[in-house]
Amino acid sequence: MIATIINRAVMQGIPLLLGSTGEILTEKSGNLNLGIPGIMYVGAISGVSGAFLYEQAVGGQVNPALAILIPFFSCIIGSLLMGLIYCFLTVTLRANQNVTGLALTTFGIGIGKFFGGSLITLTGSDIPSISLSATSKVFKASLPFVKSLGWVGEIFFSYSFLAYLAIIIALAASFVLNKTRIGLHLRAVGENPQTADATGINVSKYKYVFTCIGSAIAGLGGLYYVMDYANGVWSNNAFGDRGWLAIALVIFAIWKPSISILGSILFGGLYVVPIYMSNISVQGVELVKTLPYVVTIIVLIITSIRNKKENQPPASLGLSYFREER
Amino acid sequence: MDKIPAIELRNITKTFGGIVANKNVCLTAEKGEILSILGENGSGKTTLMNMISGIYFPDSGEIFIDGKEVVISSPKEAFDNKIGMIHQHFKLVDVFSAAENIVLGMQDTDDFNMRKYSNKIRQISEQYGFDIDPDKKIYEMSVSEKQTVEIIKVLFRGANILILDEPTAVLTPQETQKLFKILRKMREDGKTIIIITHKLHEVLSLSDKVAVLRKGEYIGTVITAQTNESQLTEMMVGKKIDLNITRNDPIDPADRLCINHISCVNREGVKLLDDISFTAKGGEILGIAGIAGSGQRELLESIAGLQHLNEGEILYNNPKTGKTENLRDKTPLQIRDMGVRLAFVPEDRLGMGLVGNMDIVDNMMLRSYRKGKSVFLERKAPKSLAEDIINRLEVATPSASTPVRRLSGGNVQKVLVGREIASSPTVLMAAYPVRGLDINSSYLIYNLLNEQKQKGVAVIFVGEDLDVLLELCDRIVVIGQGKISGIVDARNTTKEEIGLMMTKSPLEEIKEEDGENE
Amino acid sequence: MNNILMKIQNPLFHITKRASIVWWKAWIIRILAVVAALLVSGIVTLALTGLNPLKVYSTMIEGALGTSRRMWMLLQNMAILLCVALAITPAFKMKFWNLGAEGQVLIGGLATEVCMIFLGPNLPTGLLLLVMVIASVAAGAIWAFIPAFFKARWNTNESLFTLMMNYVAMQIVSFFTLLWSVPKGSGTPRMLEFGQLPVIGGQKYLLNVLIVAVLTIGMFIYLKYSKHGYEISVVGESENTAKYIGINVKKVIMRTMLLSGAICGIAGLLLVAGTDHSLKSDTAGGRGFTAIMVSWLAKFDPIFMVLTSFLIVFMEKGASKISEVYRLNASFSDILTGIIIFFIIGCEFFINYTIKFHSKSEEVRK
Repeated sequence: MIATIINRAVMQGIPLLLGSTGEILTEKSGNLNLGIPGIMYVGAISGVSGAFLYEQAVGGQVNPALAILIPFFSCIIGSLLMGLIYCFLTVTLRANQNVTGLALTTFGIGIGKFFGGSLITLTGSDIPSISLSATSKVFKASLPFVKSLGWVGEIFFSYSFLAYLAIIIALAASFVLNKTRIGLHLRAVGENPQTADATGINVSKYKYVFTCIGSAIAGLGGLYYVMDYANGVWSNNAFGDRGWLAIALVIFAIWKPSISILGSILFGGLYVVPIYMSNISVQGVELVKTLPYVVTIIVLIITSIRNKKENQPPASLGLSYFREER
Repeated sequence: MDKIPAIELRNITKTFGGIVANKNVCLTAEKGEILSILGENGSGKTTLMNMISGIYFPDSGEIFIDGKEVVISSPKEAFDNKIGMIHQHFKLVDVFSAAENIVLGMQDTDDFNMRKYSNKIRQISEQYGFDIDPDKKIYEMSVSEKQTVEIIKVLFRGANILILDEPTAVLTPQETQKLFKILRKMREDGKTIIIITHKLHEVLSLSDKVAVLRKGEYIGTVITAQTNESQLTEMMVGKKIDLNITRNDPIDPADRLCINHISCVNREGVKLLDDISFTAKGGEILGIAGIAGSGQRELLESIAGLQHLNEGEILYNNPKTGKTENLRDKTPLQIRDMGVRLAFVPEDRLGMGLVGNMDIVDNMMLRSYRKGKSVFLERKAPKSLAEDIINRLEVATPSASTPVRRLSGGNVQKVLVGREIASSPTVLMAAYPVRGLDINSSYLIYNLLNEQKQKGVAVIFVGEDLDVLLELCDRIVVIGQGKISGIVDARNTTKEEIGLMMTKSPLEEIKEEDGENE
Repeated sequence: MNNILMKIQNPLFHITKRASIVWWKAWIIRILAVVAALLVSGIVTLALTGLNPLKVYSTMIEGALGTSRRMWMLLQNMAILLCVALAITPAFKMKFWNLGAEGQVLIGGLATEVCMIFLGPNLPTGLLLLVMVIASVAAGAIWAFIPAFFKARWNTNESLFTLMMNYVAMQIVSFFTLLWSVPKGSGTPRMLEFGQLPVIGGQKYLLNVLIVAVLTIGMFIYLKYSKHGYEISVVGESENTAKYIGINVKKVIMRTMLLSGAICGIAGLLLVAGTDHSLKSDTAGGRGFTAIMVSWLAKFDPIFMVLTSFLIVFMEKGASKISEVYRLNASFSDILTGIIIFFIIGCEFFINYTIKFHSKSEEVRK
């Protein structure tokens, strides 16, 4: 029972983890990308579209490698493009980050829902709904011997490759940020772009590269949700507010991907625990769902009151950098 | 003299739109030598050094490093030529450690290993006697530690020529001693050190050679051992120029503002104001002279209610009621409600005195908008005031509804001074009111200040041009490093006397007691 | 010498901030941006659906303005969106990023609902309406005050704080929607019979529209002619100047956010008592975010906001007609809205900066 709860919590947490890891990398470059919810939608629908077209083309007889690669790369390309739009507007054209991000979310969710709702009409196929069971089966494949391991297997080894990839990405992001020259330069760009510029770091390049990488990672969160969690079934409103939860998780994890791993499981747990509570009312579940946000607000307040420099948002977060302004 | 100099500048000239910042400057510095660049504010020292460190590019002239002509067009190319500059404003990332800041931006091909870097930093520290913990965060550091990080940053990149811009401006006397010891060690090590300063004592105690600049022009280079204070001062300030500013005698001056022993410290614990006392009298212009950053801003802001004081009192004698009140730690509103009519023309005109994006009328209202009980603004009076100022002070503007940021510097200042005077103040404080203004506008401002003086206002004038201070003011308070170094009668003093007081450094009181600070 | 000059080697172009731009040039740039946006939208429409863009646009106009009922729907939607935009404008003008309008509207709506359910049967209509107004205004104001207080006191990041407050509000509203749903727990929100805003002039939404019209003029006057509005501008432009003339910046932040939240509360009232007569967690419908764009695109001028809110609602209504006619998904409008907004926010760059091209290396003023 507990093993099942943890298992479900992790599965709920993985999209949040990918979203927040992407957003941490983005915010470390000084870009507050509030377009993440939209990017995750686009990531999901790009993957779905790729898989859908492939499945339609081969009539359900999918090649496992292609079934993974096609959705995977369409997802990355879709979310990368979203990151590029954001960068072009905020870095090159120095538009306001909040407004651009929110517009990107409107745009991205619009794309997600539009294609989600119209893919079938547009391609003229005769199926009732988007259900990519064949692709999903490939994505969900886990190690064959898991069943024999009992609860250990359920908690640690029962997930699909994207889940492990999410954790590897988070650990890698943590490593890059803290242990490499690139990470040092990236943090400098987010903290103090003037200084970074003066030491010869190409500020715009770092902002572009890491915002785009961050978008691609966040997009994978959308893909995981559809292919793994939702078994390949697309439904327009199912993704819900997970994009915003991912942004909340960034604050909760005080901009550290390693904390984000645990935080995502905690947030995921808050999603699933009510299901297993026998005495909780339907409406009570809704109140439990405020918890991640309330906890995030508390973390935000505490870090601002304690005012410990390391736990603050990157100092230039939300501000455009223009060299000629000092 | 067949040695090849480490660095040589020939006929460097630089202009900023019409204004000449450097004109035909020639300099040489040898290996293992400390060269001081001496000059007043605005004499072009920093501009010159910025050309060596790749921030500016000269209009004409040549730079030679080790006898070879070089082109330096970016900070990176300066580094490639082994030149490193330590700016007055540190360029450091607060949340990074010393070591992280030191290696920031370097593109080594070898692997990134902070421990290795820390060791190398420790090694450099030992070599020159720095006292630094590579893992300490910048935000936990004192100003002198931050400066140390900047110096190591330059050494770490292998610089052989170090340029330091006013390195002692932010240091305590003890820290200054320590820095000098390090610089001497570097000299022994064969490095070339160029230090920008305007403190004569430092020049005399530290450097081998002194190059003097005045108003952008190269005056000459002298060997430190063969010169003295008065020769350097004369080279630095030059002959007195007659400006023909009118000055009337004060009419029965009465004490208006008594500053008694005020002190304040900043977050790092450095004293910005240190036991300052003086009296400003109605009907006279009191000048405040000093090297930039000696506490002028803090002094005015503490009178205006914008700066918290640690000690002392600011007593105001109200000429109407005859009462005396303490203004210390009052907010600007409280000061106004006490009936103190204080006008303040701050140094930062568009960032503090005015709102750049608002039009002239709305800027007029900044002081007066609270008048009346109505929740709505009353724009009639400000509008006629704006028009009055535009006419009377000849402000060149399309209309009263033009945003002030579109006006030229002189016109911006006319708007600001006009507004401050309009409140018929009893005290008028003006910080660098003619900085960047053309001659006509400058004289207009002098006249306005004189007019106020005639009306019995206590005028406090913070200036940088000694010629102006000498001709405009009645008395001059000279401050240095937050302390008063003298109060003189402007009619009976000389430029040299004030120049010497300004550059008087606490060093001479300490007399190089090295043993204590080891 | 405050001007720093920088030498750039062989630059293709360099970018400088404009000191000023003639107003008509700025408008030409904006109009060009809208034209470009419509072109791109047309291409996107063509690519996605294969439909003739011109026909699409005419369908849009018909969908938004075709019948008097549609016009009223458009006016009603515009009114609510404009109301929320008016609410956030003073905060944005002060450079306080209130991204929490969505939550503030919902909490205002929730307070309205509480009054309608529990006081509705017991109070005379006039008094009930009065209590509802007070409750919704107070609820919205308090919800907005919380982040403002922490911003003023500890400089807590307000954009993240207000953003998070949205989802707390949404979940609280979901909780009550389920709690009070009929039948209980079904999720069908309860229809609120008592305390509906009166229908005037035979038009269901006329009152809403009138209230927002009054608010628009009121906000215009408040920002431009009141002392508070003046203080907001000064704080937003330069905190240093505000301190110099003795404005208590913290007080202005908190006061302005109270106002911002209060108007969001009114929007909640209009939605719950004046439009839907029920409350769900999606009642605000993302307007808290769309309003930011309305306000931003209008440069925080309430009169221009009438125009920008019309533009956005028109796009929504028109595009939903397209999806209906061509059996596409209604979210098509979000894509088009997104494209137009991208172009408009992008074009501000060309208003604020100039690009100078040159062939040989030369000095660049910093």
